[in-house]
Amino acid sequence: MSSAIEVSGLTKHFGSVKALNGINFEVEQGSVLGLLGPNGSGKTTTVRILATLLKPDSGKAVVSGFDVVEQHDEVRAVIGLTGQYAAVDEYLTGRENLELFGRLFHLSKKNAAKRADELLERFDLSDAADRGIKGYSGGMRRRLDLAASLIGQPSILFLDEPTTGLDPRSRLGMWEVINDLVKDGTTVLLTTQYLEEADQLASKIVVLDHGNVIAQGTSDELKTSVGGDRIELVVAKSQDLANAVNSLTAIASGEAVTDVVARRILVPVSGGSTSIVEAVRRLDESKIEIEDIALRRPTLDDVFLSLTGHIAEEVTEEVPAGRGGRRSAKSGGKK
Amino acid sequence: MSTTEQQRPVLGWLVSDTMAVAKRHVLKITRIPESLFFALIQPVMFVLLFAFVFGGAINLGSDGGPQAYREFLIPGIFAQTVMFAVASITVGITDDANRGIMDRFRSLPMHPGAVLGGHTLASLIESSLVIVMLSITGLAVGWRIRGGLTDAVLAYLLLLLFAYALSWVGAWIGLHMPSPEVAGTAGLAWIFPLTFASSVFTPIATMPSWLQGFAQWNPVSCLALATRELFGNPIPFPGESFPEQHPVALSFGYGFLLLAIFAPLAVRAFKTRNSGGKA
Repeated sequence: MSSAIEVSGLTKHFGSVKALNGINFEVEQGSVLGLLGPNGSGKTTTVRILATLLKPDSGKAVVSGFDVVEQHDEVRAVIGLTGQYAAVDEYLTGRENLELFGRLFHLSKKNAAKRADELLERFDLSDAADRGIKGYSGGMRRRLDLAASLIGQPSILFLDEPTTGLDPRSRLGMWEVINDLVKDGTTVLLTTQYLEEADQLASKIVVLDHGNVIAQGTSDELKTSVGGDRIELVVAKSQDLANAVNSLTAIASGEAVTDVVARRILVPVSGGSTSIVEAVRRLDESKIEIEDIALRRPTLDDVFLSLTGHIAEEVTEEVPAGRGGRRSAKSGGKK
Repeated sequence: MSTTEQQRPVLGWLVSDTMAVAKRHVLKITRIPESLFFALIQPVMFVLLFAFVFGGAINLGSDGGPQAYREFLIPGIFAQTVMFAVASITVGITDDANRGIMDRFRSLPMHPGAVLGGHTLASLIESSLVIVMLSITGLAVGWRIRGGLTDAVLAYLLLLLFAYALSWVGAWIGLHMPSPEVAGTAGLAWIFPLTFASSVFTPIATMPSWLQGFAQWNPVSCLALATRELFGNPIPFPGESFPEQHPVALSFGYGFLLLAIFAPLAVRAFKTRNSGGKA
């Protein structure tokens, strides 16, 4: 199958900050790639380079067969971009915004108006079409923003954190819209900090951390890579953490991951539900008080934790990108 | 190859893209009439302040008097007004860049000069309205066009040229500012010394000698003097220096020079600005 996007050896530095350290990935035509990572991992930089807004320091990126640096005009003609901020004019109405972008996409006046109508209809904005954006809700703005990026009927769509800041209902609405676009054959590259979102939408996931690709594959592949079922338990007293890990070593199929602040331990197991019975028995024997215990399938949270040693959502401080950090989790995790 | 549907030469696209962007900004002016209102009211206040408050204290020499000062003042305010026009575009450009709408423009297959071209064109339309308003205010306080018609037309063209050139300076500044708040200050900071250390409000001859050289060559003085000459208004203490002898030619020179320098600089800054700034 041919690739809609090919990225090889891409690097970008901002002063002394290395935003991208030579990343490689491909996106198949008609698929959704989820670019997953915490703030500062290089997601937005990657999107900005692919959308011709930023020049890479080295490496190559090809979008729809066109080099993003050498052939930026050709790239611009086939892509749509929705950034983290709703990139529309506050003082114009929804319709005026779409017509403006249509005209700038070089549609004729008539077709720009027609396309604006279609998109307003499709995104359930017809009623608000002639009102100023100022009065729109967050969800409506994002929908309008997405509509604006579809003006030119792009074959490749970049969505930079499309649901950040949206309430749950608007988020579900966004997911529906994105799924519809993919059904129509659009290739989508989306960035997100929400593991659930990548899980829901993306057929392939690339995990970024500190400008490096630390894992890629389907959601299932990533989950399998961190092992099968896991027991997640929260101990009542943090001094029991080490004891709890010790008492569960016998039933563990891999190394346990500990989150000190949350007093949480993740233990990979292979025995299914019998292993949780066994775990409870052993903890009780060791007189370790537990607040919560459950058996669960790995989530992408686990993948992230296992790959980087820290949890995806809250990484703002400098953490040495530790693949070796499987043993013990970085402290300071919030759930 | 492209999904765009029409074929046109590059220059044709520059024109139509520019018009589309200009329409956006003109619509915006109609949506926020307050901003136009204050843009119109500001020069009127300056006229009233200087005509009735400071005017009496400013020495125009032998042919002085309140009426003469007002005729001297209005062309100065014209020059000052086109300078101040820079500030609003500076804020607007920084605001666009911070909102991400500029990223959207940059990811469209449009002409790279059109975003700024459209914005500066809309700014020129606003400046024209301000100049009309100021002319009316001037007439009301006793200013008259005493020169010929051609000269008067030339004076207005010169003012518009300056307004346009300066809006490109403002665009260039705006593209380098981190936030609209900073842009608001930065857009004005350099204009104050330029407009006050000039012949806008007071004759250069009344300034200390070390300042006179700067004030004579100051583009704002040249513009004020050129406007006085073209409108046939009084020029007290006519100076012997080159800029005071050839204000009209020099002003046109300044205008075109600013445009030639700052339009390409601003377009380049537009193309390379990393407005998102986040990794």
